[in-house]
Formats: sequence, structure tokens, C-alpha cells
Amino acid sequence: MNASIHYITILPELILSVVGIIIMLADPFFDAPAGRSRKPLGWVAFFGTLAALASCFYQAALSDGSYSFFHMIRMDAFSVFFHVVVISVSALAVLSSLDYLETQGIKSGEYYALILFATVGMGLLSSAMELVMLFIALEISSISTYILAGYRRRFAASSESSLKYFLLGSFATAFFLYGIALIYGATGTTNISLIAQALHVHGHVSALVYLALVLMFVGMGFKVAAAPFHVWTPDVYEGAPAPVVALMSTGPKAAAFALLLRVLFGAFGSIAAWWLPLIWITAALSMTIGNLGALLQNNVKRMLAYSSIAHAGYILVAVAARRPEGIAAVLFYSASYAAMNVGAFAVASHFASRGEKYVSIDDYAGLGRRSPVLAATLTVFMLSLIGIPLTGGFFAKFYVFTSALASNLVWLTVIGLVNSAIAAYYYLRLIVVMYMKEGDDSVEIVPVPVAVATSLLLAAGLTIYLGVAPGSVLAYAGRAAHDLLRF
Amino acid sequence: MTPTGMDRFALTAITFLPAVAALLLMLFPRGHKQEDEHGHLLYGNDQAFKYAALFASLIAFIISLHLPAHFDYHTAGFQPRFSTDLLWIKFPEIHYHLGVDGISMWLVILTTFLVPLSILIQWNSIHGRVKEFMVLILLLETAMIGVFLALDLFLFYVFWEATLIPMALLIGMYGHERRVYAAVKFFLYTMVASVFMLGSIIWLYLHVGSFDYIEIQAALLSGKIPGIDHAALWLFLGFFAAFAVKVPLFPFHTWLPDAHVEAPTAGSVLLAGVLLKMGTYGLMRFNVALFPEEARKHAPWIITLAIIGIIYGALVALVQPNLKKLVAYSSVSHLGFVVLGIFSFTTAGADGAVYQMLNHGVSTGALFMLCGMIYDRRHTFEIKQFGGLATPMPVYAIIFLIITLSSIGLPLTNGFVGEFLVLSGAFQAKSLYGALAATGVIWSAGYMLWLYQRTFYGELTLDVNRRLPDATMREKVSLFPLVAMAIIMGLFSPYWMQAIDPSSRAVNNARVSTMGIQGTTSETMTRNSAPPIVRSQITNHQSPITR
Repeated sequence: MNASIHYITILPELILSVVGIIIMLADPFFDAPAGRSRKPLGWVAFFGTLAALASCFYQAALSDGSYSFFHMIRMDAFSVFFHVVVISVSALAVLSSLDYLETQGIKSGEYYALILFATVGMGLLSSAMELVMLFIALEISSISTYILAGYRRRFAASSESSLKYFLLGSFATAFFLYGIALIYGATGTTNISLIAQALHVHGHVSALVYLALVLMFVGMGFKVAAAPFHVWTPDVYEGAPAPVVALMSTGPKAAAFALLLRVLFGAFGSIAAWWLPLIWITAALSMTIGNLGALLQNNVKRMLAYSSIAHAGYILVAVAARRPEGIAAVLFYSASYAAMNVGAFAVASHFASRGEKYVSIDDYAGLGRRSPVLAATLTVFMLSLIGIPLTGGFFAKFYVFTSALASNLVWLTVIGLVNSAIAAYYYLRLIVVMYMKEGDDSVEIVPVPVAVATSLLLAAGLTIYLGVAPGSVLAYAGRAAHDLLRF
Repeated sequence: MTPTGMDRFALTAITFLPAVAALLLMLFPRGHKQEDEHGHLLYGNDQAFKYAALFASLIAFIISLHLPAHFDYHTAGFQPRFSTDLLWIKFPEIHYHLGVDGISMWLVILTTFLVPLSILIQWNSIHGRVKEFMVLILLLETAMIGVFLALDLFLFYVFWEATLIPMALLIGMYGHERRVYAAVKFFLYTMVASVFMLGSIIWLYLHVGSFDYIEIQAALLSGKIPGIDHAALWLFLGFFAAFAVKVPLFPFHTWLPDAHVEAPTAGSVLLAGVLLKMGTYGLMRFNVALFPEEARKHAPWIITLAIIGIIYGALVALVQPNLKKLVAYSSVSHLGFVVLGIFSFTTAGADGAVYQMLNHGVSTGALFMLCGMIYDRRHTFEIKQFGGLATPMPVYAIIFLIITLSSIGLPLTNGFVGEFLVLSGAFQAKSLYGALAATGVIWSAGYMLWLYQRTFYGELTLDVNRRLPDATMREKVSLFPLVAMAIIMGLFSPYWMQAIDPSSRAVNNARVSTMGIQGTTSETMTRNSAPPIVRSQITNHQSPITR
């Protein structure tokens, strides 16, 4: 076994951790006279994420699948792809938090540090090759997000959100851990490649393995917010601060999909016939429950919460396709979903203003006239979430359904297509309200600050870029899929 | 003639000129803000936006005339000299492939012709948000033209969906009282139906390995795609769903009256004039030309729906108290004729169908403009509110009369040519079809003439109508081209037919090779020696059919 230690393989995590610790150390100095604004720390965090992003590209330039830390970490196109996604997400989340925290009157530097630590966990989820390491990564990212969810301390909803997320999340990770224990019992290892070998070598697979698989699947299903493990999502999203929701509806979700792919295709690839039906059912349920639930919502955050359940379902369709193109579709979908959803939440968190007053769909009435920029960018994100051509969301769905049809998953594709048609209704509702309803002028619209504008333009630019020229991203996702299956 | 640089660039220029203009308009400042007496938001540069949009759409129209001027009338199918084929996305392999044949050429020109007129007719009745209106209409123009020109199924789908958003916004932002309901209904109906088309397109891509229309057609007609026997029906239905809703074919028509009545005038003109033609165009281009066997097998029930639509639309129009709704239902009836012509599988039927698409664009476009004019004056569409209008508005009455006659297909007007051809095609196919559809002509004379009588003749019963201003110069300018076309297209139909006929024959002659050739007893095949369109005729790039 390769015992070498290459720090380059965890370079983004190192950068993020160091910047996070610096922020923690610097934070007390801002308390000095009377609680100064933590905006400078936010900018430090932002540049930290940029540096980490740059290091990912550096990794991409030299990665051809190298192991490190006793086979615990693997740096390849797969890990780089997810690193780029989650780090970009946290960069955008930090940007949209800068002014959000000011308006909400939250003075805290740890907020930014926690975002960075959560990102470390998410990053590790895509590069760890060892179940215990994966568990630790999962915990790093989860615990940070539990805290972040409760950051609007003075609001009961936020505390409720945090507590709910924490309790249910702990259950889920416990399931996952239990699964790891059982798989260790069955195969004598927690290393993913060794598990795969063990399962491959023995023709007979013990019942313990199946049980372990199911337990781990429950844990991962919770983390990606797939039905029937989705119940926490609407409440948690509703209560948590909007920029945090932007982060946790995209970053941890993408990372959890990385975990899911790694476990299912890496460790349990040889017993795929057994887990495919699970994925099939979960995908169908998530799409249907998510979309039907979203139809009934009046709160934008709850609506997007149900929509995120539905999108998890679409991604699972691609997992169920069980082919390299499908894995590439999962990656592409995670990336474009991240861009559009972070964008949508950036609009929502800016628009909500002090105390998150304006979160109902009706509050958006007349936005098209009153703030053309906010309305136009939100329209781009909504069209992308619907899956209209020339947006990333369209190609994402397109690749998903193409790979599903290529694997003859006709019914799942039909369910998915019908669902995307249903989904059009609730996203469209927001566009209709913005452009076609006359607003009541009591809803005050704060001018868009630079940081928010930047994050909006970046997210909208990425969404459109992925819709017009998806080629290079998809090609890299294809390489990543190849690396995942090859290891 | 060798293609010139202009030829190669023409299709791209026509398609994207409006979009480029729209982007420039977006960047242009609105000017200072003011409010009119109704509380509508106006801006200093509103007039400039109108002129700029009008100018851009006129330029697009002028460029589009390059096509008939340099069209090779001896070539059936797509014109090699105009075709553009560039790689857009590597995986899946999507090409920016535009091409034009005799059918799409005239539909494109219909589009570029109607857009400036509809901008002009809406000139003074955009209440606020002028800039957005112009941007949306120009974006819509690009999408509509793209639909007719795209020869890559993916590109086609992109343009197809792209028409949806500007149109829905035009209805929802500038329409009448129930505009939001109508806009959402329009969007959802079309969106849901086109998802099925997307399913078919993906299936074809996976089994043919290309999105290219020509390649897919060649593969389908060779009958060698694995699994096509089971899938053909579903693929056919997938496309059919999207197009039938758009046409709209009975019973999928319920979005249309709402959308039309609520849409602003320009929106109605383009909706009736162009968007509905996207449906019938799609039926020809995809359902008939790609799935000839399925289309023939299922023609009886499709024709039945078309005939029901003809009669039902006419009967509902007959009892409409609302002027605009009457015109909307007459569209259902007229489009029924088009579908009947397409699925009669005769040369006359197909030629007539294409001609009727153009006619309907001209005459119903004009009717919606006329509706808009009377609404601007009276703020109502209730027929009861009118009567005796010929006295205060003589010019308006004359224009309305000519258009009415064109709409009911009086000889020497364009409508006659189209309806005659469609009906003769229908009689060739089955006399029952012809007989039933012919009643539609009678119905349409009934509702239109009755409408005319109620609106323009008789005593002026209401005082408000006594001093209605007649058509202004601007309105005359926007209507005159349509009136002229209604007559010119009635008198000189061969000019249009020389391009339409070879292309519509090519569509009808597309047959699956293994079984198609033996059954050449039908009139179309014996009269036309042209082989089914094969890719060698058209393509200028080589790639394997199956990968």
C-alpha cells in the first residue's frame, strides 16, 4: 500500500482550514469598542475560498488519480470536480452573506469560519477513499451547518431549524456509521477499494452487507434530501438564514452525492442489481413528492426546499442509469443546480431584508418594475430550475434523461419528464408575480450592494454559460466519472 | 449559381438580427421617468425604442427577401446554398444547422413581414414599459424564425421553447383583464406538451447518434434503426402532442381563446400569424416527413379531429358575443383545414395546407389588428356595442370587408386558393372528408358575414359610436400591406407555389424504403419522379448514421 503523504492532495482543505482559523483568531479583535462590523472577515473568507479554488485548478492540472495518506485520500478528476463545485458555492454564499449579516444585525466572525470548515468537510467527502474518513468528513460538514442553521438566534424558527436539523441529522449519520460497522464486520475493511475487492472475490455476499448497504443508504438519502428521508428539509430551510440555505441546499447536497457515488459505485458496484431498485424508488418518490409539495407553498424558501427534494430526485435518476454518462450527468447536474440555486437564494436573502420579513411569494409582486436587475436574474434562475433551454438546468435535465433512456429506464424518464412539466408551474408562479402583478409599495427594496450583485452576476453567468457551452464542463465530468469507476 | 457569402450568412442574419437589436435596446437607457394620466409609467426614450424596434424588424424583413430572390426553384427540399452547419456543442453533438426549403422560406418571410406591422399597430397602445415590450417582441421574432430554420432537432427544441417565454410575458404584462391566467395557461399547455417532444428527440438521438434532421430522416426512412418498430408510434405521438397543442387541434385548443383574447394586439397577431403555424409546420416537417408510415396509419383519426375542429370552431365562432374571441375560434376552424390538407397526403392537400398557413397569417393577422383598432377606440370587444360603424369609419369598414372576404375564401382572394386546394386534396383522399370540411367554408361565410353585418351595417344605435375616428395614417400603413397581400396572393398564387410545391411533394414522398416504394400507385408518387429526400441531396457534412 502506498504510504506516501502528499499535502497537495488536501491543499484546498488546508487553505480553507488555515483561513478559517485565522478568522476565528481575528474575530475577538473586532469586539473591541462596540462590536464592529465583521465584513472585513467576510472578505478574508471570500479570498480564502478563491485561493482554495485556485488550488483546485492547480490540482486539476496535475491530477491523474494519485493516492495519499495511506490510501485514505484520492485526488482525481472526480474529487477536483466536486471541490470546485462546493468551494464555488461557499464563495458565493460568503458573498451574499456579507450584507445579509449587516442587515440582520448578526455580528460574528465565526459565521465565516464555519462556512469554511463546512466546506472542508464537503471537500473531503469527495476525495476520501475510506469509510471512517468519509464519516469524519460528513460530520465536519454537518456539524458546521447545524450551527449555521441556528444563526438567527433571536428567531424561534431559526433555533427550531437548527435543532431539527441536528437531531435528524445525527440520526442519519448514526445510520451511516452503523452501516460502516456492519460492513467492517462483513469484509474486515473500511477501505472502499478493498471492500469492492472483497465483494467481488467472494461470489457469495453475506446478508450483513445488504443490511449495511441499506443503513448507509438511509444516511446518504437524508443528506441529499431525497424522499422518503426528506421531511426535515422544508422546516430547516424555512428557519435557517437564507445564505446558509443557499449553501446547504447545494454544497452538502453535491458532496453527499459524491459520497453516494463513491459508496455505491466504488464499494458496492458489484451488487448494483440489488441497490438499483432502491435508487429507482427513491428517485421517483423524491421527484413526485418534491414537486407536489412545492406546488402548495407560499413561502419562497419552503418552495425552494421542496424543489431541492425534487432535484435530488432528478439526480438520482441519473444514478439509477448506472453508466458512465449517468455519473457525468450527476456531476453536471450538481454543478448547474449549485449555480442556479445559490443564485435564487442570493436573491431571496437580499430581498428578505431585515428579520427576513419578505419571504412570501406575494411579496415579490411588481419586482420586475421596481428592481429590474433582481427580477431578471431571479427569472434566469427560475427558468433554469424549470429546465428551459439555454440555461444550465436544461442541459442538466437533458443529460440525466438521456442517460436514463440509454439504460432503458423508460418509466423513470416518463415520471421525470411529467414532473418537470409540473414543476414549471410553481417556478413560473414567481415569474408571473414579479412581472404581471402590481406590487404594494410597502415592501421596501434595498438597493443591491456590490457583493450581492457580484454573486448574482456570477451565478447567472454560470447558469447561462452551462446552458450555452456545456461542453467543457461535461467533458471534465466525463473524465471524473471515468476516474470514479477506474480507481 | 455558386453560393455567395451573403447566401451562407443570410439565414443567420435573419434569425439573429432581431435578437441583437433586442440586446442593444436592453442596454439603451430609458430616459427620464414620467407618469401619464392613467398612472402608466412612461419614459423619455419610449419613442426611440419604438422606432429602433420598427427599424430593426424592417431590416430583418428586407434581408429575408434575399431568400426568394436567390432561391433555386428547381431543387426540392432544403437549399444547399443557404445551409449553415457548425458544431455548437461537442457532446452531445449539437450542430448549429440552419436550412431552408420552400415551406419554411415563406413562413420565415411571413414572420418578418408581420413583426414590423404588429409593432406599428401597437404603437400607441402599449401602456407603460415600452422598452420591455420591444425587447420581447424582437426576441420572439428571433425564436420564431429559428423554429422554421433549425435543422438540428436540438436547436429546433431550443427555439421552440424560446418562443414560449417572450410570448407568455407579452400576454401577461400587456394583456387585458384576465391576462395572467391566460399567460400561465398558454405557458403550461405548451410546456407540458413539448416535454413529450423532447422525449422523442432524445430517443432519436440515442438510437441514431445525431440530432441532425437530415441524418435522422435518412436513418428513419431506411427503416434500420433497432427497436424502431415498437417505438415509432410513441415517437410519432411525442411530436404530435407538442404540435397538436400548438396548432391547436381540437380538443387541445382551450388555451387559444384565452390567450388570444387577453393578448395585446401585436401578441395576438403574432400568436395567430406565426406561432400557430409552428404547430402545422412541425406536423409536416416531423410527423409526416419523419414518420410517413405512422402518419398514414393514423391519418383517419387526426383528420377526424381536424374536421371536428373545423366545424366546432366555426359553430362556436357563430355564437360568440365577443369580437376577438370570434376571430380566435375562427382560427381553430382555419387551422383545421391546414391539418386536413397535410394529412390528406395528396399534393394538392399539402400545397393548399402551406398556402393556407400563409393566408391565415395574413388575414387573421389583419383581423386581429382590426380588433385591436376598435378596442383602442371603444375599450370593448362586445359585438353588441357596435353596429352601423360603416358610417363613422368608412375606410375601416372597407378594409374589414376585404379581409373578411379573404378570410372566408372568396375567389380572387388568397383564402380561395388555399381552401380550394385543401378541399380538392381532401376529396381525393376520401370524399367524405371533403364533403364535411366543405361545410366549414359555408359556416365561415356565415359567421364572418353575420359579424360584418352586425358590426358595420344597420343604424348607429349607440351615441358613443357616432364620433369614432376612422383609421389613422399609421393604422392604414400597417394594414395596407396585408390587404394588398390578400389580393396579390389570390391573383398570383403560382409565384408562391413554385417554391412550395416541390418542397411539399418532397415531404409527402418521404417513405420508409423497405415498404414504401412498392406502394407507388398513389397519385402523388406517379406524378412525381423525385426520389424520397435522401441526405446525399442536401448534406454537406459526413458523419455515420449510427455510432
